[in-house]
Amino acid sequence: MRLSQAWLIARHDIGIFRTKRGILAGLVALPLGVSVGFPALIVYILDQHGSADAGSYLPGLIDAFGFWFVIGAAMLPTAIAAYGIVGEKVERSLEPLLSTPSTDSEILLGKVLAAFVPTMIAIWAGSVLYQVLVDAVTRSALGYLYYPNLEIVLLVFVLAPLAALYAIEFSIVVSARVTDVRSGQQYSGIIFLPLIFLYIAGEIGYNLDPTVLAYIALVFVAVVVGLFAVSRKTFHREEILTRWK
Amino acid sequence: MIHAVNLTKQFGPVTAVDRVSLDVADGEVFGFLGPNGAGKTTTVRMLASLISRTSGSAEVAGCELGKESDELRLRSRIGVLPENVGLYEATSAYQNLEYFGRLHRVEAGTLRANIERLLRMMDLWERRDAPVATFSKGMKQKVALARTLVHDPILLFLDEPTANLDPEAAKMVRDVILELKKERRTIFLNTHQLDEAQRICDRVGILRTRLITIGSPDALRTGLSGVRTVVRLDRASESVAQALRDRLHVPVEIDGDRLIVSVRDPDRQNPEIVEAVVAAGGRIREMSQLSASLEDAYLKIVRDAEASS
Ligand SMILES: Nc1ncnc2c1ncn2[C@@H]1O[C@H](COP(=O)(O)OP(=O)(O)OP(=O)(O)O)[C@@H](O)[C@H]1O
Ligand SMILES: [Mg+2]
Repeated sequence: MRLSQAWLIARHDIGIFRTKRGILAGLVALPLGVSVGFPALIVYILDQHGSADAGSYLPGLIDAFGFWFVIGAAMLPTAIAAYGIVGEKVERSLEPLLSTPSTDSEILLGKVLAAFVPTMIAIWAGSVLYQVLVDAVTRSALGYLYYPNLEIVLLVFVLAPLAALYAIEFSIVVSARVTDVRSGQQYSGIIFLPLIFLYIAGEIGYNLDPTVLAYIALVFVAVVVGLFAVSRKTFHREEILTRWK
Repeated sequence: MIHAVNLTKQFGPVTAVDRVSLDVADGEVFGFLGPNGAGKTTTVRMLASLISRTSGSAEVAGCELGKESDELRLRSRIGVLPENVGLYEATSAYQNLEYFGRLHRVEAGTLRANIERLLRMMDLWERRDAPVATFSKGMKQKVALARTLVHDPILLFLDEPTANLDPEAAKMVRDVILELKKERRTIFLNTHQLDEAQRICDRVGILRTRLITIGSPDALRTGLSGVRTVVRLDRASESVAQALRDRLHVPVEIDGDRLIVSVRDPDRQNPEIVEAVVAAGGRIREMSQLSASLEDAYLKIVRDAEASS
C-alpha cells in the first residue's frame, strides 16, 4: 500500500467537497461554536453564581464541554465520507478509478483520509481556541490555569481521532448500500447515540477522569478495528462493480 | 497482446461468459460484437483485471490475470473506457485528465504535454477549464477517451464508445479511434455498430455468452453468403444463363433483366463472366458486386446460434 497514492485520492476528494458550502460551513461552524460558545456560557454562569465556589462546580462543567470535541469529531466527517462514496456512485466514476493502478486499500484509505484530515484540523484548531478562551475566563475564578491538562489531551488526541474514524468507517459502510447522500446521512444519525450516552453520563456526574477515558478509548479501538474489517470487505472491487447499486 | 483461454464468468447461477478463448495481436483493432447481455462488458472487465474470473486464464499486455503482483502493472499498461463515462462533472476536463494522469504516476512535465496533445486532438483545448457538467454527451465521451489515453497505454479497451451519440459525435469519436489505429495501438472495441466494426476493425468476434465466431469482417461477410455478381443485360435470357453455368459451374439466377451469379472469387471469375456473356450473345449494360453486409452476417450468425441452443 502506497500512502502517496491514497493521499492523491484524498486530495482530489478534498478539492471536490471544498466547493460544497454545506460541508465547509459545518467544518468551521461546529468547532467555532463549541470553542466560543462554551467559554461564553462559563462567563454567564460565573456572572450568575459568583466565583466564590467556582472550584467546586467549574471543573466538571469544563470537562463535559470538552467532550464536545469528541462528539464533533464524529459529526463532522460523516457528510464528507458519505459524499466521497455516494458522489462517486452518482457520477459512476468508481469504475474508471478502479481501472487505474490503485489498490482497493489505497482508494479506501484515500476516502478515509479525505474525511479524517479536514475533520481533525478543524477539531484541533477549535480545541486550541477553546482552551485559550476557557483559561482566559476561568483563571481569576479558579486561581490557576485549567488547560492544558491530561483530560483534554486524551479527548482531542486519542478519543476524537477514534471517534472520527468510527464515524467515517460507519458512513462508508452505509454509503455503499444507499444511492443518495441524504439517506446515507440519515443512517449515520445512530452513530452519535453512544457518544451522547457518554456525554450525558459525564453531565449527570459520572466522572470522565483519565482512567475512564482510557477505557472508553479501548472500546473505541475495538469498534474501529471491527468496522475497518467490514468496510474493507465492502470496498472490494468485485463487490463495487458487481453488487453496488 | 491478449491471449485468453476458456475465460469464464459466473454470477451465481448465471453464466455470463462461457469458455471464451481468443487472441488479439499487437497493433490489431479487435471488434467484439454481440447482443445485449452477451457478456461483452463482463469479458472486458475480466481482461482489464477489474473483476475476477470464475475459471480460465489469460495473459494481457504481458501480465498474467489473477496474479496479484502483475495487477498494478497491467492496469498501468492498459486504458479502459467503460460503458458510462464516469467523469467528475464539477471539475474541468483538464482536472479530470490531470487526476488520472497522477493516479497513473505520469511525470508532471509529460503529463502536461499529454493532456494538451489529447485535448487538442479532441478539439477541446479551448474548453479545457470549463466544468465537464457543461459539456455535451459527445464532448464528455471525448474527454473520457482522452482520460483513457493520458498515460499512453499500449492496449485500449473501449466499451461501446459511440453508443448514444448523434451521428456527428459518433463520427468524431470514430475518427479518433482511426487515429489511434494509425498509431499502432492495440484496441479491443465492444460495439453494436456493425458498420463501425466493418470500417475500423481488423477482426471481429461475435459473442453470445460463448464466442460464436471470429474472423475478419470481410471473411465473415463472404464466408456466410458468398459474393454475388449482378449483370444487367439488354435482355436476360435462359440461354445466356445456361452458358454461364456451363462455363463457370456456378449457380445463376434470372431476375428481370439481371443475371445474379454466385461467385467465390470475383477477381478471377468476373472477367470470365464477361467473356461468357458476350460469347453467348448477351449485351452487358452494367455489372455490380453484391455482398452481404456485416449486419446480414451478424444477424444470421446470432440467429443460427439462438436456434441451435
Ligand atoms: N453484477 C452482475 N450480477 C449478475 N449478473 C450480471 C452482472 N453483470 C452482468 N450480469 C449478467 O451477465 C450477462 C452479461 O452481461 P454484460 O453486461 O457483460 O453484457 P454485454 O454484452 O456488455 O451487454 P450490453 O450490450 O447490454 O452492454 C447478462 O446476462 C447480465 O445479466
Ligand atoms: Mg456492455
